[in-house]
Amino acid sequence: MSKQVVEKLKEKFGALVLAEAEYRDETTVTVERGEVVEICTYLRDDCGFNFLSDLCGVDYLGRAPRFEVVYNLYNITIKSRLRVKVLVEEQDPRVDTVSGVWSTANWHERECWDLMGISFNNHPDLRRILLPEDWQGHPLRKDYPLQGPDREPYQGRLS
Amino acid sequence: MGIEQPKTLGNGFVTTSLDKLVNWSRAKSLWPMTFGLACCAIEMMAAGAARFDLDRMGVLFRASPRQADVIIIAGTVTKKMMPVIRTVYEQMPEPRYVIAMGACASSGGIFDTYSVIQGIDEELPVDVYVPGCPPRPEGLLYGLMKLQEKIMKERNSFGAAIGVGEVVNEA
Repeated sequence: MSKQVVEKLKEKFGALVLAEAEYRDETTVTVERGEVVEICTYLRDDCGFNFLSDLCGVDYLGRAPRFEVVYNLYNITIKSRLRVKVLVEEQDPRVDTVSGVWSTANWHERECWDLMGISFNNHPDLRRILLPEDWQGHPLRKDYPLQGPDREPYQGRLS
Repeated sequence: MGIEQPKTLGNGFVTTSLDKLVNWSRAKSLWPMTFGLACCAIEMMAAGAARFDLDRMGVLFRASPRQADVIIIAGTVTKKMMPVIRTVYEQMPEPRYVIAMGACASSGGIFDTYSVIQGIDEELPVDVYVPGCPPRPEGLLYGLMKLQEKIMKERNSFGAAIGVGEVVNEA
């Protein structure tokens, strides 16, 4: 089911679909970052993905586009799933918000910004959601010290 | 001749020091704040329920910090939860006591991470530490009894209550 959606998507957007992958009946497409709102609107209106089940950020520390934002979509009517990814650069990590497409994205994007430090353009209310308001830094990044920036890192047992 | 004076005060009287009376009344009606943070709170509830029955020791959980004498920090204290705990603690009337229940409240436990306070003693004055992960209800019961012993050893508790001097704690 999702394979037909990928074909439809490639027909409509052409080169904006950067890659596709199939693993254990799960379909993933990587799309151009700048056009994510148009692609998501198309997937919602013309492919029936009326539910954004999750949105998250991934940190591939050491890889060229360091971050990824992953959109896990679900079609409630025909019970099919699709995973959409966009690549995000380390310098000035920004993606357009999809909270206008699925309003549940509002809090998911806040969480992604809070923990991963990926900003979302035109987001209605980009505040911290899990950490205290005065927190510095984004602790789910791989280069954030586990015990916090104000403590010596754990060296292992000394005895 | 004269009226016969009784040699004792009779059966209806007990003589004691005011300190001992005050300490006794405080130790035997330790009312903890109903406040649970994590899995230790489940053991705390078990300690309060019928099998272990904290009520028989005068330990009655109160739902308001204004009526509580002791706060049992039962679980992992995150940095985000700390302002709430501080507010609850400051709302409790003096004298107030703190029990750090379990490894997390005592030292951060297994959560050696950026979001967790590494022991509630960084923020509040702790009277009794109860080890365990989580401690069994017997452990908490023993900790409460240790706190009662500690209260019974306080000196000048009556004086401090009426504004004369401070409570003297001799270990």
